[in-house]
Amino acid sequence: MPSPLKISLFIPCFVDLMYPRVGISMVRIFEKLGHKVVVPKGPACCGQPAFNTGYWDQSREIAIRLMESLQNAEVVVIASGSCGAMMKVFYPELFAGTKYEALARALAPKCHEFAGFLVNQLGVTDLGARFPHKVTFHDGCHGLRELNNKRPPRELLSKVNGLELLEMDAAETCCGFGGTFSAKFPAISTAMGEAKCAAALATQAEFVVSCDSSCLMQIQGLADKRQLPVKTIHLAEVLVQA
Amino acid sequence: MNTPASQFNADARRVSADLRHRGIIRTAMNNYEVVRDRRKAGFQDWQGARDLAARTKCETISHLDTHLEQFARLLEARGTVVHWAANAQHARDIILGIVRGKNARVIVKSKTMTSEEIHLNEALENAGCEVVESDLGEFIVQLREEPPYHLVFPAMHLTRAEIQQTFQRKSHDAPSDNPEDLTMVARRVLREKYLQADVGITGANFAIAETGMISITENEGNARLTAALPQTMITLIGIEKVLPRLEDLALFLPMLAVMGTGQPLACYNTLYGGPRQPGEADGPEEFHVVMLDNRRTTLLADAEQRDALGCIRCGACLNVCPIFCNVGGHTYGTVYGGPIGSVITPHLRGLHEWKHLGYASSLCGACSETCPVRIDLHHHLLQNRRNASYAKPIRWQKLAFQLFALVANRPRLWSLTTRLARLGQKFHGLIKGRALDPAQAWTRTREIQPIARQSFHEWWKERGK
Amino acid sequence: MNEREHLFTRIREALTVKTPAHHGDSLPTSAEHRCVLPTVGTTMDEQLALFAQNAADLKATFILVNHEDDLARALQVLADKEQWQRVATHQGGLANKLAGLLGLPLLMVDGGYDKSALALCDAGISECDALVAQTGSVVVTSMTAGGRALSCLPPHHVVITRRSQLVPDLTSAFSLIREKHAAHYPSMISFITGPSRTGDIERILVLGAHGPKQLTIFCIQD
Repeated sequence: MPSPLKISLFIPCFVDLMYPRVGISMVRIFEKLGHKVVVPKGPACCGQPAFNTGYWDQSREIAIRLMESLQNAEVVVIASGSCGAMMKVFYPELFAGTKYEALARALAPKCHEFAGFLVNQLGVTDLGARFPHKVTFHDGCHGLRELNNKRPPRELLSKVNGLELLEMDAAETCCGFGGTFSAKFPAISTAMGEAKCAAALATQAEFVVSCDSSCLMQIQGLADKRQLPVKTIHLAEVLVQA
Repeated sequence: MNTPASQFNADARRVSADLRHRGIIRTAMNNYEVVRDRRKAGFQDWQGARDLAARTKCETISHLDTHLEQFARLLEARGTVVHWAANAQHARDIILGIVRGKNARVIVKSKTMTSEEIHLNEALENAGCEVVESDLGEFIVQLREEPPYHLVFPAMHLTRAEIQQTFQRKSHDAPSDNPEDLTMVARRVLREKYLQADVGITGANFAIAETGMISITENEGNARLTAALPQTMITLIGIEKVLPRLEDLALFLPMLAVMGTGQPLACYNTLYGGPRQPGEADGPEEFHVVMLDNRRTTLLADAEQRDALGCIRCGACLNVCPIFCNVGGHTYGTVYGGPIGSVITPHLRGLHEWKHLGYASSLCGACSETCPVRIDLHHHLLQNRRNASYAKPIRWQKLAFQLFALVANRPRLWSLTTRLARLGQKFHGLIKGRALDPAQAWTRTREIQPIARQSFHEWWKERGK
Repeated sequence: MNEREHLFTRIREALTVKTPAHHGDSLPTSAEHRCVLPTVGTTMDEQLALFAQNAADLKATFILVNHEDDLARALQVLADKEQWQRVATHQGGLANKLAGLLGLPLLMVDGGYDKSALALCDAGISECDALVAQTGSVVVTSMTAGGRALSCLPPHHVVITRRSQLVPDLTSAFSLIREKHAAHYPSMISFITGPSRTGDIERILVLGAHGPKQLTIFCIQD
């Protein structure tokens, strides 16, 4: 057993408010693996909404505080691929040419999305979980393309007892959430979400699993409005099931 | 007032709800993906090829002046007239001048998006010329008086039945809706035109500095006939299309074909280095090349985004873009649609009027992932958003983000807000999805996820006790 | 300052702001190109087989013959089968000689010709500069293959070539063009890769959009 780590867990704002079980599952999983989890006192958000909308100054206000709160962290695990990408990939861009650039560049390599962290950093794929259901996996775009996180979640799912993974058509196509995009262009966002729901339904899976609660919020929100038999669940919530 | 943004919104709403449109585009794109991936797999190292292509374009654009100078000098040395146009008006004037000088009546054109950019057909028609688009897709949309739907597939939004109707309406004999029969109708009509035409106008995919040649990629042979039969040939080309050496085409021609149409190589890749030379059987007596700026130098001056000038107009980013596939090519209201269009249009036509294109993206990054020359498209969209908000911030938005930063940065304020939000949610049920609902953009088509009875931070705090 | 100078000034001013050359700032060599592009085999036989395979995929007809006489016979068979009434060709070399043997009215394009007459020919018979194994392409030029229209206007393009004209890949085709023509480049150089085609209607492949509906490549094994 490798020496236990002190993992700083960052729970993004919407996960905190709407999907606390995702964070709780992560705490339980890391502790089961013998690591120590800390939740640093700091901002509730990574600053992505402002960043994506073009308000980089307002985004920096949050990002600076968050970087400072994580300055002494050994490793940082982020409970969302999207926020993970923000901290790992976009912070250095956000602070390029400012006095905080060094801080951003120092933080980036310490930041990991949950599934990528388990597989690539901890070398863990089998958590002894049991989830006797057919599931399909939706790749969140940021996790997939900014963090190159295609393989880790599938490796983790492949070791879950009783679980059958049914890949959907166009698994890599965006669900249409896109942060403020979903509210600025609801018609396009909805059309994209409909296609995603249809692809998921076509697999006859019971659950749509993802590493991003924001995607699941979009998919579940649409499905519920239309009363489609789609159920969503975060990967961490699957892996915590015994 | 109808601004580009309001037009975009209205069209996007209409088209993205159009299931028929969605079906047509999805079928076309699925087929494209299959053949494209097969061709990519034929490369020894596709990602390596993208690196080399990006490197080539990066070098070329950083020394654009040198390459352009060489290109023009060599082209002129063999009797071609090279013109330089600062903007659309200027380019139109140059071309109209040539056309008038030849007393041209019939003009045949092969596919050129750059000519859409300068509204050339309209200008030529106003000058009394008959202008015929010779690429089949362009020919179809010209008959329908529509702009091209897609950079590479101008008529991909139309079914065979619609095309048959279009032909019949324009009194072309079209006895069936079989694609082969329809193609033969166009072939017959256009053969006449090639023989009649006084002037042929083409675009170009590349300009080779080393030899002073333009390179045209096509499948139908229409550009070859346009460049072979009329007595005068005019090529309109953006200044960014230059490549340093002949052998660069060994990389770019296959990559363009793979990404454009999923072919290993397009049917005709043709270099033109001048008018008919002594000892040659045919070819135009005069060859004019019009080099167009039209604010490309504005984009060049933006060091952050100048890689977008490396675009080879393969259309691959459109094909993988979920926004493009849902709103369709016409919704953009731009010459260049899809991600590349959303990146460059604000530079070419004004940030303020076209900034909405940067926001109309979920930033999924499928475009950047596919781009053969590795243009960082979705990051450029983010930069355009930033540039727009700095240039002209929307006051309430800025205030909202300031307020959010204030709350998010203070754990105690955040926990207070959590409790307030829970309270607010109780009342939200009364207005949910209605006109009064501040969240109606979301709730009209989607349920809202309730705030948990205990937030993560509340749980963590309790656990620590 | 004229328009050209204005434009170059704008370019040079724009380029005063340097950008980090994150993709590198040197042009790749042909060796680098060859490491990423599709493989072409190492022997002449492999490359010939690759060309034949590519031609078949492109729906072109590739016919290998042992000798000039065999080619004349094969061409006659084709002319009879397709019921050619008249054909067009160009001076110099084998194409001209073989077309003459058909005994059909012959349009020679050299030195100018009537375009409508060329459009009425059933076939254009031309030489070529090279065959490219990698892509199944035929390289023609306005200097060596009868101008610009002969290989494109008649509904059937027939290419007369020799095995020694086969080159492995596009890179070698471009070096060949440079070696052969650098002193005075032809005004047109075309890589013809299969018969004319379109997919503009519902992405369904149709051959013979504007150019030839058929492409036949005769190759003599010399």
